[in-house]
Amino acid sequence: MDSGTNVISVTNGTKLVAPELSGAEIVIRCLEAEGVEYVFGYPGGAVLFIYDELFKQDKVKHVLVRHEQGAAHAADAYSRASDKIGVCLVTSGPGVTNAVTGIATAYMDSIPMVVITGQVPTHAIGQDAFQEVDAVGVTRPCVKHNFLVKNVRDIAPTIKKAFHIARTGRPGPVVVDIPKDVTAARCRFEYPESVVMRSYNPTVKGHPGQIKKAAQLLLDAKRPMVYTGGGVILSDAAAQLKKLVKLLGVPCTNTLMGLGGYPATDPQFLGMLGMHGTYEANMAMQHCDVLLAIGARFDDRVIGNPAHFGSVPRKIIHVDIDPSSISKRVKVDVPIVGNVREVLDELLKLLDGQTGKLDQKALKAWWAQIDLWRAKDCLRYDRTTAIIKPQLVIEKLYEVTGGDAFVTSDVGQHQMWAAQFYKFDKPRRWINSGGLGTMGFGLPAAMGVQFANPGATVACVTGEASFMMCMQELSTCKQYRLPIKVVNLNNRYMGMVRQWQQFFHGNRYSQSYMDALPDFVKLAESFGHIGVRVEKPADVEPALREAFKRKQDLVFLDFLTDQAENVYPMVPGGKGISEMILAEDL
Amino acid sequence: MNAPAASPYTLPATETSAMRHIVSILLENEPGALSRVAGLFSARGYNIESLTVAPTEDGSLSRMTIVTTGSDDVIEQITKQLNKLIEVVKVVDLSEAPHIERELMLIKVRATGKDREEMKRMADIFRGRILDVTETTYTIELTGTGSKLDAFIEALDKAAILETVRTGASGIARGERVLRV
Repeated sequence: MDSGTNVISVTNGTKLVAPELSGAEIVIRCLEAEGVEYVFGYPGGAVLFIYDELFKQDKVKHVLVRHEQGAAHAADAYSRASDKIGVCLVTSGPGVTNAVTGIATAYMDSIPMVVITGQVPTHAIGQDAFQEVDAVGVTRPCVKHNFLVKNVRDIAPTIKKAFHIARTGRPGPVVVDIPKDVTAARCRFEYPESVVMRSYNPTVKGHPGQIKKAAQLLLDAKRPMVYTGGGVILSDAAAQLKKLVKLLGVPCTNTLMGLGGYPATDPQFLGMLGMHGTYEANMAMQHCDVLLAIGARFDDRVIGNPAHFGSVPRKIIHVDIDPSSISKRVKVDVPIVGNVREVLDELLKLLDGQTGKLDQKALKAWWAQIDLWRAKDCLRYDRTTAIIKPQLVIEKLYEVTGGDAFVTSDVGQHQMWAAQFYKFDKPRRWINSGGLGTMGFGLPAAMGVQFANPGATVACVTGEASFMMCMQELSTCKQYRLPIKVVNLNNRYMGMVRQWQQFFHGNRYSQSYMDALPDFVKLAESFGHIGVRVEKPADVEPALREAFKRKQDLVFLDFLTDQAENVYPMVPGGKGISEMILAEDL
Repeated sequence: MNAPAASPYTLPATETSAMRHIVSILLENEPGALSRVAGLFSARGYNIESLTVAPTEDGSLSRMTIVTTGSDDVIEQITKQLNKLIEVVKVVDLSEAPHIERELMLIKVRATGKDREEMKRMADIFRGRILDVTETTYTIELTGTGSKLDAFIEALDKAAILETVRTGASGIARGERVLRV
């Protein structure tokens, strides 16, 4: 790389050391030491030294986006779709503020991510300098932690800490703000082998007494239910979860963030639960007598009215790595703080060979009740119309991709239909912004997913309103030849907003209709991609098949869908989960 | 896209009413740590009645005392959220056990003519110390529990009070219980 006097020893496990490097070089060496392959970013004044060092080497590859929000979303999705940590590099001032939406998205879904932000030189901080923003202050409420590095000697230990904090305990984004002069200063480089923080020691192992209590409750249950969320995915505990659910013969439901944590095609899966969950999942959640909550946080979209939810006498076991999530919204009976995978391993050990104690008669009656709820067929829709139903597109997408694609999503009705109709059997396939609900997430996320899984089939399910928020990333897709398939459910409305306005605001569609939409086919073509418009139901499957055959091209499929279609079931705001609105006229 | 629902922090209504709690926090003495705690309280809508912080005998650690009011459930959440902060080493709710609370107040009062004798007597009764004297004013230092300081202010004629500055309560557990690393 540079002159032969800087000897860097890079051998497994031993220290990474060099006699003198610039701060910028140190940043790159640290990323290399952490095994970072891709950095998603956008250059600017404050990070020019770092970009200079990036240019001079090729171990750490840079992906140039077209908006810093895209960089943050791509790094976020890179983490979601792999076991690695996504890294994002942006400049000071507007670079940081543009990335804030993406950082908050990762924070709300507990995604590990490291964001390196440039900052004005240390002597200029606080003087309203050009492109200055208090990055630490602005991101404080939406990061797991952040750092301002004021001295070049602190860069290596800080980056080590940043990765450690991002990936351990409840994961989250960590911002490292580095002033420009610090990247130019020089010092001896040594990458710490380990990091010890007296103030940060997340609990990993669950309390054995609590786990024993949980096992006993499950064995005594008459109407047990397993409810799991994103924590199962983050902890890579899908195998343990399946073993447990099969062992006990119980019904299982996932939240929006937990889809894929349990195989959706398995008969014991009741579908997603919550505001737009299936009838059977919500009813079983309401009427069970023992609820095992794993890696889920009883979010308001899931439990509806907390008073209504709490009005049923049931015993709740809650397994979560974050103590503050336990008993935050709903009082639980057996809290277990710990890493989900480790706790499930312990629970399985206790339950092994004990299943003779299960009340099989009660369980049979419980399943009979669940089958009655299933008979409602709550997701059915009219398949006879001459206009394309959005649900049909997702069903065909599922068929054409063999249920095995990576699917990213934006936010709104299309997101709910994708969650309802694409049956995810594997974790880390369903990539969407659940907590923050960020429109614009879908396309840049698909980029991150594709980089994390080269050669894999990646589909981005989106709506025309969401897509336009980050459409500039079509250019990034062209530059890096990312063969993403964009499935645009184009109903010429902000669908979810319109649905709420129909149900709760007397059909007053205030600002939810979009005039002057672009010709999406021409738009895709202008970026050098393939665009296809589909207007008839019979053309949906052939169009999808043709598109997915193209392994080298991004194909934008513009499906003109039924404007009046609503997402059912729906739990209205303030109502209990058993008070769902179902599709009326079928 | 917001539902007009109750605040997510509305747990099923229980009988516990809001109580005053004094929370003691040991945190790393690093720039921004105070901001993080204050930011946490304001972001989540918790109430800060008073806040005081200073380094401990270990220069790398600061000790912060916050007086807040809330139901038991809210206090439980506050404690858990504080523990989540990376710089926070330990959190203790002093209200859970016997403890000592002290606060310092500097108060400047008008003391002219006949009132000077009365004012000095008031200070003596409350075991305050007069730190500054002019022909028309006294500046009095008073330490004690918050309620003692409140009582002193109540006892004075409103017109006599020129200026008050209080530190907020500091607390320490009674007996052998110790908050350390």
